[in-house]
Amino acid sequence: MLADLDRIFTNLYGFRPWRLEAARARGDWVDTRALLDLGPDRIVEIVKDSGLRGRGGAGFPTGTKWGFMPKNPTPERPNFLIVNADESEPGSCKDREIIRHEPHKLLEGTLLAGFAIRARAAYIYIRGEYVREAQVLEQAVAEAYAAGLLGRNACGSGFDFDVFVHRGAGAYICGEESALIESLEGKKGQPRLKPPFPANVGLWGCPTTVNNVESIAVVPAILRRGADWFASIGRPGNTGTKLFQISGHVNRPCVVEEAMGIPFRQLIEEHCGGVRGGWGNLLAVIPGGSSVPLVPAHEIIDAPLDFDSLKALKSGLGTAAVIVMDRSTDIVKAIARISYFYKHESCGQCTPCREGTGWMWRVMERLVTGDAEPHEIDLLLEVTTQVEGHTICALGDAAAWPIQGLIRHFRPEIERRIARRRGFVSVPEALPQAAE
Amino acid sequence: MPRVTVDGIEVDVPQGATVMQACELAGREIPRFCYHERLSIAGNCRMCLVEVSPGPPKPQASCALPAVDGQVITTTSEKVRKARAGVLEFLLINHPLDCPICDQGGECDLQDQALAYGRGYSRFAEDKRAVAEKDMGPLVKTAMTRCIHCTRCVRFADEVAGVVELGAIGRGENMQITTYLERALTSELSGNVIDLCPVGALTAKPYAFAARPWELERTDGIDVMDAVGSNIRFHARSGAVIRITPRLNDEVNEEWLADHARFGVDGLKERRLDRPWVRIDGRLREASWPQAFAAIRRALSGVEGSDVAALVGDLAALEEIVALKDLLTGLGSARIECRLDGAEYAGHPALWRLGPTLAGLETADAILLVGANPRVDGPLVNTRIRKAVRYGGADVFRIGAPADLTVPVTELGDDLAALTRLPTAFLEARRPALLLGSRNATLPVLAAAGRLPLPRDDWNGFGVLHTAASRVGAMDVGCHMAGGLAALTRQPPRVLFLLGVDEVDLRPFTGAFLIYVGSHGDRGAAAANVVLPGAAWAEKPGTYVNLEGRVQRSLRAVFPPGDAREDWTILRALADVLGVRLPYDDLGALRARIAAEWPHLGRPGLSTLPWDPAAVPAAPPPSGPTRPGPAHLYALNPILRASPTMQACIASIVEGQGAVAEPVVA
Repeated sequence: MLADLDRIFTNLYGFRPWRLEAARARGDWVDTRALLDLGPDRIVEIVKDSGLRGRGGAGFPTGTKWGFMPKNPTPERPNFLIVNADESEPGSCKDREIIRHEPHKLLEGTLLAGFAIRARAAYIYIRGEYVREAQVLEQAVAEAYAAGLLGRNACGSGFDFDVFVHRGAGAYICGEESALIESLEGKKGQPRLKPPFPANVGLWGCPTTVNNVESIAVVPAILRRGADWFASIGRPGNTGTKLFQISGHVNRPCVVEEAMGIPFRQLIEEHCGGVRGGWGNLLAVIPGGSSVPLVPAHEIIDAPLDFDSLKALKSGLGTAAVIVMDRSTDIVKAIARISYFYKHESCGQCTPCREGTGWMWRVMERLVTGDAEPHEIDLLLEVTTQVEGHTICALGDAAAWPIQGLIRHFRPEIERRIARRRGFVSVPEALPQAAE
Repeated sequence: MPRVTVDGIEVDVPQGATVMQACELAGREIPRFCYHERLSIAGNCRMCLVEVSPGPPKPQASCALPAVDGQVITTTSEKVRKARAGVLEFLLINHPLDCPICDQGGECDLQDQALAYGRGYSRFAEDKRAVAEKDMGPLVKTAMTRCIHCTRCVRFADEVAGVVELGAIGRGENMQITTYLERALTSELSGNVIDLCPVGALTAKPYAFAARPWELERTDGIDVMDAVGSNIRFHARSGAVIRITPRLNDEVNEEWLADHARFGVDGLKERRLDRPWVRIDGRLREASWPQAFAAIRRALSGVEGSDVAALVGDLAALEEIVALKDLLTGLGSARIECRLDGAEYAGHPALWRLGPTLAGLETADAILLVGANPRVDGPLVNTRIRKAVRYGGADVFRIGAPADLTVPVTELGDDLAALTRLPTAFLEARRPALLLGSRNATLPVLAAAGRLPLPRDDWNGFGVLHTAASRVGAMDVGCHMAGGLAALTRQPPRVLFLLGVDEVDLRPFTGAFLIYVGSHGDRGAAAANVVLPGAAWAEKPGTYVNLEGRVQRSLRAVFPPGDAREDWTILRALADVLGVRLPYDDLGALRARIAAEWPHLGRPGLSTLPWDPAAVPAAPPPSGPTRPGPAHLYALNPILRASPTMQACIASIVEGQGAVAEPVVA
């Protein structure tokens, strides 16, 4: 278990006030000036050395990303930092905890990250449904401004840095970095073609870095305690602490900060009180939020939860939103519901995703009841491959992967339903139903 | 120059080219729906996928990917073929496949690509999507269920037309292309979305269910609705032109066409003059050609040459203008006038040309409009201005009444005196361009504008924005007289020839014997003593000189109705009756006669004439407000006034301000 001393988010559960005074007592905003005095290049170097990988899902090294930003921005073409707080991935709820209980950790990280990439300002794009969280964040920003921590001459460093909170309108796709930028510019949230990447042409055509809330919020701790400390936690290439969000059929669902690479069994036993009905009742796990393929029980139980280990299981860490499903789950129905989500959230811009997500969902719905031809399983699989990798952004992939995971691991279940529907075999009538 | 390899073929591509352009240079055709050369890159249809190395393992959209040195591009691999087939299948699953009742049938990109990449059956067992119809006004018919969401129309409206009238609402498979608040398209260029639409979602409303493309006879023509001289194609069936589409000409209209040029074509069937008419006892009565000619001979007998005059209308072709001028000369008169809008340019041809040229206008860095509204006077001039602003950052200044040009304009007030105190931002620009509205080209304005430092070594910034297709040609052959139209009205002739003249107040000539030669029963014919039925521009081969001085030839698409004849042959026959010898018996001879006297009008192409400072007239400084032009472009000439479609446009777009007839329930 992660030692309490190594925890970054010490007020994750909101047991103490989030206000500036309380946050300072926890160590936020303490001598931030000294961290700024390290200079932008040194900060980027420390973050690179720490091995921090982006916490938004793709796991791209944060320091490397910062290194893409121009070193000499001009007033006409400034650099911008965008903090992606549009947390909409089904299963994910970590950024929400950070924002409502530790907003100053995020704001301090925003200042440091913005300084490191020589940004003029940061925009925190917060999910529209996070109403209370946005209120907290706006108050926290006001506190920081009043205390001279943000704005002109932030923390007395001579660095001018503004932070703006922008509320989204509830579209999942606006969590994709370039769609977020479009939305921030006041346009319809649709991903942009890449290249050019945001580091070259981002917000209003200016170089922009988009980082996840968690990636930004851990930066002050990395700078204070050193890259070596952060890198010592977890496994090589998958370092540091991570907020795991465990939902589904465990006894005590929770958000918890743990070391990267913690084995699944340990995570569930120590923090969630075990799987409902015991380990034998575990059916499958979606380890990284709705967009990664599920992993069946026997493969996940002793697997370490980090980027590379889960990739080896043909899944992914994603946002570390661990969705646990026991044997009461109608697994086909569960994936069909995810398909509906992607059909609903596809932006409609490019063909394979716009048309494919609806097709996949409709076939999935028929597979739930078995109202399909056996060959349609292969058809569905082929449709997923026609979507995957052919779209502008990763939403197409995210819609395809859960279905691919389902067919990979639960094909017999789908076939059984089709066969029963067609009256060829006798199988129990009662379908398993999720408890919720 | 980057060198890339496309399917084993090495090609050098220009810096900044895309992978798609590189493939085309290598002779590989890349299928596409959303990509269009003249619009921004959307990359959303995903049809143009190719394999690129080095690069990600997944296929890349070639329209948006820059070509870089050493790239190896594969367009024919199994992976690419499967990717495209997959995209095409997605496009087709929710497409209604109602080709038999679709007007796009036969000229549909989706049909063509389905032939190449589609499978012969559908694997989609679900219900297809249906989309509520949109009412986009009298010109564009919609069938939005067919839409493949390429957004070409949206990008055209934003970028070229400059009006934010089209957009996408909704998300995912519920995304719909619609007009803002479901109102009609009001852009003067709206018809181009029909050409741009790769499927049958946006089709021409007036042409709905009229014909199949393979039934149509195509003839190349030149548009005469404004002075731009857009290159067009007549589509005719059963002896009638039923639609007009643009032809590609980067120098003139690129591949766009203004709405009045595209949709005014049904005016060719209405209010036509199909037989001669002679006024007897105050009423026009049907007559035969000999009777009409005899009436003219009687009217002319005993009339001095100086008492005969002629006016050249806006739509006349060069051939009939010259024939009319020769006839007048034979009758002993030099009183022939084409400047019906009160313009006073004369002397040197550079004074009535668009010096910067249409394509050159794009490179101007400062543009001054004097008494001109290019959105009405020449919509395709406005697209060039828009490009100069959008891509070149040009500043636009205006002397005249404010009107929305879709670009930011610095107003200098509606007082021509402003010509003498122009801002330095214009005068000191590297390539300044002046666009002088023809109706405001009076001597004081010409004197002031002609002395501005516009002509440079490699640049002539002085330009007149004409509205009449016939004007530059008529001016070049000398159809102008001292004092212009005003002198004619002060001293009315006893006999006046009207060559398609319908835009002039004819009341000062009530005492004169009026001979109208033209195609439509409009103001001119109503006032005439003898009406001679001529051919409209689609019904005769003709030469037109556009506002730049570009000589272009239009071909005959159909024959004129009834007893109507080509105008120059009417004048040729009349000359015989009047005892005047015109030395040409066929079109070739007439053209040879034109080429002999005016060599630059004898060959198609741009007739550039060097600027001559000495030709600028002297006059007192200008002052006073500019003369306003027409408020809209749907009734500029008798053909448009006869067109039911143009009348519908006036009712819906001008008077209804874009409201559609019935609210559409989504």
